[in-house]
Amino acid sequence: MSVLDLSIKELQEKLNNKDITVTEIVQAAYDRIKETDDDIQAFVTLNEEEALSQAKALDEEGIDENQFPLFGMPIGIKDNIVTKGLRTTCSSQILSNLDDPLYDATVMQKLNSAKAVNIGKLNMDEFAMGSSTENSSMKVTRNPWNTDFVPGGSSGGSAAAVAAGQVPFALGSDTGGSVRQPASYCGVVGMKPTYGRISRFGLVAFASSLDQIGPLTRTVEDNARILEVIAGQDEMDSTSANVDVPKYRDALTGDVKGLKIAVPKEYFGEGVDEEVQSSVRQALKVLEEQGAEWDEVSLPHSKYAVAAYYMIASSEASANLARFDGVRYGKRAENAEDMMDMFKKSRSEGFGEEVKRRIMLGTFALSSGYYDAYYKKAQQVRTLIKQDFDQIFEEYDVVLGPTAPTTAFKIGDQIDDPLTMYANDIMTIPVNLAGVPGISVPCGFHSENNLPIGLQIIGKHFDESTVYKVAHAYEQATDHHKQKPQLGGAK
Amino acid sequence: MSKISKDQVKHVANLARLSITEQEAEKYSEQLSAIIDFSELLNELDTSNVEPTTHVLEMKNIVRKDEPKEWISKEDALKNAPDQKDGQFRVPSILDS
Repeated sequence: MSVLDLSIKELQEKLNNKDITVTEIVQAAYDRIKETDDDIQAFVTLNEEEALSQAKALDEEGIDENQFPLFGMPIGIKDNIVTKGLRTTCSSQILSNLDDPLYDATVMQKLNSAKAVNIGKLNMDEFAMGSSTENSSMKVTRNPWNTDFVPGGSSGGSAAAVAAGQVPFALGSDTGGSVRQPASYCGVVGMKPTYGRISRFGLVAFASSLDQIGPLTRTVEDNARILEVIAGQDEMDSTSANVDVPKYRDALTGDVKGLKIAVPKEYFGEGVDEEVQSSVRQALKVLEEQGAEWDEVSLPHSKYAVAAYYMIASSEASANLARFDGVRYGKRAENAEDMMDMFKKSRSEGFGEEVKRRIMLGTFALSSGYYDAYYKKAQQVRTLIKQDFDQIFEEYDVVLGPTAPTTAFKIGDQIDDPLTMYANDIMTIPVNLAGVPGISVPCGFHSENNLPIGLQIIGKHFDESTVYKVAHAYEQATDHHKQKPQLGGAK
Repeated sequence: MSKISKDQVKHVANLARLSITEQEAEKYSEQLSAIIDFSELLNELDTSNVEPTTHVLEMKNIVRKDEPKEWISKEDALKNAPDQKDGQFRVPSILDS
């Protein structure tokens, strides 16, 4: 058994007992990456030298987990989170030469203050646009359960690295499902917290009203511990909320007696794989046996979520990505005739297919004469989707369903058809539109391909505690999270 | 019949500061039209009395003290610049010479 299989709590106990050093933990991560990343392709940039010297310094200092709650914990970071002095590319060519970023994202400052160790930067769909990580301009990441399949996306590198045991913890970001869907495909735990729960300062913006950073881990408890560290208001992000951060792990009591679960019938409709449905119903039974109650409910505007999302997210993206112009940082095209030509050439050469498609869609939706018909309409539908959740949460504690309609698909299978690809996000997108928290936890394996299935638990605004409570109660009653992929073996 | 014509695509590309080929204009005309078609689904809903949601949390006018702070130095700010001269970002000519 590798040290990388241990939880935060177990690692800290071992550090306290001097059974192990931070250097050994960090070295184990790099050894594992070297052993497996030719197959998985999760990392874009490694932070090896810096991380090992940091580990050495921590070993000299000695553990104080009360003051530094992630002391010596190795963590991987999605490559759209800005890391001072460590290349940050968003898996895009336009930022491929951004070798020396000038500041740390707020989450990085918080991880550093907690004395976590950044192992490196993880692959993603370019600028977080995609559901498979195939839209990366750097590499194609593979699902550790079967390397012919995608890991999901856009935080595919983060999910794959955790599933492959390269790092026990990673950060991703979730705009329409980009933490939860890859967590589901890779059989790990992925949390998208409430909008405003975590500062977005230093998260390269895709769709500012939807983006949220989230942790990916093997267990619910580790996930809760990381959120405790990175959550909270930040004066650098005016949309971060002034709401106290509870000690989320205190919610992990296992007691779900009398808890009320809403099960939306729209999440068990056409296109949702039969076995995915039955695994989720099985999970519901497990929670019922522990005393939770559930009812079937309706979230009637669910079917409009994907269309509204693509208008809103693309519109916001077209504005956010205007900053990449070849002037201050990033790549500039050669041989431009004048300023305008330089902008156009730099952007056309620097952005990939999907990114350009969404910039085009967003620019169209915001352009004169179309704004009301497309962008405003989508925002009005967003209100209806949010109201669906508001109503349900008047009566229920959580909403439960599948994370994704299917298990992971094969590499190359969906990349050419944007609309098919977008349909993967049908049960994750409403959560971002409503701004509520949602988690994906493993709830079984598909009998046809032996790939993981994810259970999604959605909560009220700022009630991550209840979401974690339910996820943890379910996790403790099952052993799906203990399964590990046989890398290179189980094909 | 495409909903978004090739000419419209070219206009939008110009607004977005992207240069596209004829071939790409054709492709975007088809793909964007398909996505717009798909979004017509939203017109099933009567939203005439629905306020748009731009932001899910009800927050207004979040301000902090307007005080100068240590931040990135001029030298650092230029560190990742594709081109620079005399402590400033340098770009191709803007005016016709």
